[in-house]
Amino acid sequence: MGRLLKYLRGYIKECIFGPLFKLLEACFELTVPIIMANVIDIGIAGGDGGYIMKMSGLLVLMGVLGLCSALTAQYFAAKAAFGFGTALRTDMFKKINSLSMSQQDSIGAASLITRVTGDINRAESGVNMFLRLFLRSPFIVIGALIAAFAVDVRCALIFVAAVPVLALIIFVIMRASVPFYKKAQHSLDRVSKITRENLSGVRVIRAFAQQKNEVEDFEAANDELTDINVKVGGISALMNPLTYVVVNLAIIAVVWQGGLRVWSGNMQQGEVVALVNYLTQILIALIALAQLVVTLTKALASGTRISAVLRLESDMEDGTEAEFDNNAPVLEFDNVSFCYSGSSEAALENISFRLNKGQSIGIIGGTGSGKSTLVNLITRFYDVTEGTVRVCGKDVRACSLDALRSKIGYVPQKASLVTGTIRDNLRWRSEAASDEELVSALKCAQAYDFIFDKDGLDTEVMQGGKNFSGGQRQRLTVARALVGSPEILILDDSSSALDLLTEAKLGRAIKNSNPDMTRFIVSQRISAIRDADIIIVLDDGAAAGMGTHAELLKTCEVYREICETQIPEELGAE
Amino acid sequence: MRSKEKTLNKATVSRIVDLIRPYRVTFIIAQVMVVISVALTLYAPVIIGRAIDMIISAGRVDFVALVPQLIKLGIVAAITALAQWLMNVCNNRIAYGAVKDVREQAFAKLQELPLRYIDSNSYGDIISRITTDADQLSDGLIMGFSQLFTGVATILGTLIFMFSVNIIISAAVVVITPLSFFVARFISSHTYVMFRQQAEIRSEITALTEEIIGNQKPVRAFGYENEAQSRFDKINKKLQRVGLRAVFFSSLTNPSTRFVNNLVYAAVGTVGAFAVMGRFGTGLALTVGQLSCLLTYANQYTKPFNEISGVVTELQNAFASARHLFDLIDEPPQTADSIDARVLTDADGRVDIDNVSFSYVPDVPLIENFNLSVQPGQRIAVVGPTGCGKTTFINLLMRFYDVTGGEIRVSGTPVEEITGDSLRRSFGMVLQDTWLKSATIRDNIAYGKPNATDEEVVAAAKAAHAHSFIKRLPEGYNTVISEGGENISQGQKQLLCIARVMLCLPPMLILDEATSSIDTRTEIRIQRAFEKMMEGRTSFIVAHRLSTIRNADLILVMRDGHIIEQGTHEELLEKNGFYAELCSSSHGI
Repeated sequence: MGRLLKYLRGYIKECIFGPLFKLLEACFELTVPIIMANVIDIGIAGGDGGYIMKMSGLLVLMGVLGLCSALTAQYFAAKAAFGFGTALRTDMFKKINSLSMSQQDSIGAASLITRVTGDINRAESGVNMFLRLFLRSPFIVIGALIAAFAVDVRCALIFVAAVPVLALIIFVIMRASVPFYKKAQHSLDRVSKITRENLSGVRVIRAFAQQKNEVEDFEAANDELTDINVKVGGISALMNPLTYVVVNLAIIAVVWQGGLRVWSGNMQQGEVVALVNYLTQILIALIALAQLVVTLTKALASGTRISAVLRLESDMEDGTEAEFDNNAPVLEFDNVSFCYSGSSEAALENISFRLNKGQSIGIIGGTGSGKSTLVNLITRFYDVTEGTVRVCGKDVRACSLDALRSKIGYVPQKASLVTGTIRDNLRWRSEAASDEELVSALKCAQAYDFIFDKDGLDTEVMQGGKNFSGGQRQRLTVARALVGSPEILILDDSSSALDLLTEAKLGRAIKNSNPDMTRFIVSQRISAIRDADIIIVLDDGAAAGMGTHAELLKTCEVYREICETQIPEELGAE
Repeated sequence: MRSKEKTLNKATVSRIVDLIRPYRVTFIIAQVMVVISVALTLYAPVIIGRAIDMIISAGRVDFVALVPQLIKLGIVAAITALAQWLMNVCNNRIAYGAVKDVREQAFAKLQELPLRYIDSNSYGDIISRITTDADQLSDGLIMGFSQLFTGVATILGTLIFMFSVNIIISAAVVVITPLSFFVARFISSHTYVMFRQQAEIRSEITALTEEIIGNQKPVRAFGYENEAQSRFDKINKKLQRVGLRAVFFSSLTNPSTRFVNNLVYAAVGTVGAFAVMGRFGTGLALTVGQLSCLLTYANQYTKPFNEISGVVTELQNAFASARHLFDLIDEPPQTADSIDARVLTDADGRVDIDNVSFSYVPDVPLIENFNLSVQPGQRIAVVGPTGCGKTTFINLLMRFYDVTGGEIRVSGTPVEEITGDSLRRSFGMVLQDTWLKSATIRDNIAYGKPNATDEEVVAAAKAAHAHSFIKRLPEGYNTVISEGGENISQGQKQLLCIARVMLCLPPMLILDEATSSIDTRTEIRIQRAFEKMMEGRTSFIVAHRLSTIRNADLILVMRDGHIIEQGTHEELLEKNGFYAELCSSSHGI
């Protein structure tokens, strides 16, 4: 939590003056009952009209002063809060982009997104509320207590008894209702989950005519949510009535005690009125406080989630090596094993191969066999557990990430684009790429036609690229990787949404585009990798076979099995 | 524009009133409690005022009369508290109950919406109507009930009480107070635009964050972090500027209205003091106790004005949310079954497609003059490049969408004359998009037949070659499939989908072969399971594998939504058209 305070450092002035002006406002407000008491005890009792007018002028003056200090306080609070939120957001975004993949995995992308957006918004308004309102209530309560002591010590003792009781009521009710709020949130999540499921499964549900059962499931969750809401509503509905009763009991005690004191000549009538007014002010302040506590509890919870991310230090160290050996193999895996953190089973075991300039390698295997993990080690999204990955003779862990990644054109499994134009999306590898370069990459990636049916390079891309089909997105991400002639091209199962015809054309075009480019092709389909110089068949993280298509057909049983399902005609012909 | 908005609001309000109607008894109790609690809240200062009038000065305190007043105050406070609590409880019940009902209506509506609606609206949008909008509505209703009604009652009650105590002071209060209301309205109407701007920038920032965090691998691989950061910082700066303005100006409301309150207080105090001194004549004279009572009223009277302006904003939001919900509920449902629709129980597997045309968008014809006659037990393979409209074909067969022309007949009966449920249940469907419920494996297999015995479930799993992997799961058939189904592989999911169909095994099948993402062993199992299912059943297969295609009785070749060729493998090769091109490109036959 303390970690977050440093984001307020630039706003120390605002953080001090904000509450200070709030305090001033409270002081002005607290003088009102005393002025009124004087009106009654001096003005009315003495029949002094001029005094009354003077005092009423004073009341208006107090109002004006209160307004001015409140406005100043609000401005300082808002300024500090938004300065805080903005700096925090920038740092948080930077931090997330610096964390290693395994650190991101452990928190989860969805959660990271909420922390940058929703959580920071809540923390921001928490700071604002705190500076602006939270301190006001204690000021009023303490101020009213002090004022009460100034009026009459004996009566003030009643205040001393009432305030803790009020605080206790508020505390107990909050304490009792907070777990319910969590439960309600949980229940609401369930309602939303069932709805989502119902929408994504609409075809299956209707195919099996299960609409009635689905409605029943939903109603059960909905009933539960309603129950919790009604229950917690019943508990928090106690707050106002209970505090009202306690304040009125205190008023009864004050009037009675006041009566005794006035009788004995120690107090005046107007002072009794002032004390009653102070009690009312305490009541109002405490109710406002209670409403705030909910907001602040949420802000604190958000703060904890934010600082949990900021506390992390990236566990991937950047190397310094930027010089590569052009005579060494372009890509070399030397007895590499890898295990994801938190998993006891190795995702890859003892993988070794070498790839020279212009060669291609095909990786085939089922889901979970470790294909994408291989890719992750080349681009250094993760570090090997054992062995070494070398690019142009250098251990990737020693290379500077920038230098390493500038050698690589990477096409991820999940084809998505960012908001902007096609041109923005294609210039990721090289900001200065000319339109000619972009067009030739598009042509090679078989994406030229459908882009130029639209607005060419200026075609707008919507969030995630959802205005393109899956196959079109895949081809665009291939084009993105080809810009700036990378030395190594990695295709991570990136033609799965393409039909066989287009896939074949794409494969040929990539091969012909640059004879020096080393290609690393991951696929589920024999057709995509059969022409590679080396094929590795992965099965459960281990190489079940390695060689060319023809060799593997003879030596590798797993490979034969795959071929049997995908290209049986050809096997039969042999 | 304005008046349209108004009629819309009116319609929404009357719909909301309809929602509340079932809770009218609770509503009446709540209103009685409002009257009681407001009346007593207003009465309490009168008692306190009287009590204070019994305390005049040293030696002049009437303790005998004071005690009953104080006891009365205690009783009044207790009853007020009870009434307040009951009112809150009733309001909660009404609001949450009504929202529960409307949520159920909305969800029930989802079950009968045409697929066209569900396919063309984002899930997030529909979900947020059922969750966020419904929540906003209940919040708005609770606030409306508890603050608007009490507020109005308090204002009226205070006016009556005040006028009964002193006319001049009351008149002063009545003139000044609405000021605070106008101030609040003025501020909120001017900050509304700023908050809208803030909301827009916030969603911009969310979109960018989702994009960058969701695409970390390419972002890292291409070194896009710096560019992303500078885009982020730019929006962030904008957010700071706009947010600061919006929040600061909106935070002016409270101090400003408080200032107006203070003016009212000063006016009441001054005029009141002169009244106590008898400057306005004996008819309008006050006691000190009455003055104290009026001062309390002055505070109480202005409070609801401030609250009401807050409530109005909240209610506007609630109405907007309610409208979202009602819009969903009012969507026209899919074509209902005709009254004399037949329940199809004994489909023989014959399907005739007669001169069918279809389009998603009017004026953009997709399928035209489509004819096909399928005999019981035949296998139809549908092939074609990505996005060629294979799913459209499934949509029409299952009557997820209605044809725009022509007729589809199943077992000789036009589909319009068959109930939708029985038509769909006559098809067994295994799609590539393997949807499973987040429930146990057992419940998922028995999805189409919830009362199936354990034996039947296991038998279906065995037939689908799923039994062996299920057995190896730690909880076996009781394993709960997590949301998104991360705990089992894609291929295993497909096996479960097959088992689900196996348990019912209808006379006709729609199968969607997987293109990728399934490991070889599982794939072989899926092939075998498909084979077993298809025995003696009419099957439509969206096919990717040549072996499947070659074994089909009829091949439909689709491209850009049109059926461009149909025939057997040999016939089509001979034709040397698009199909021949497809074949040669993939495997060099």
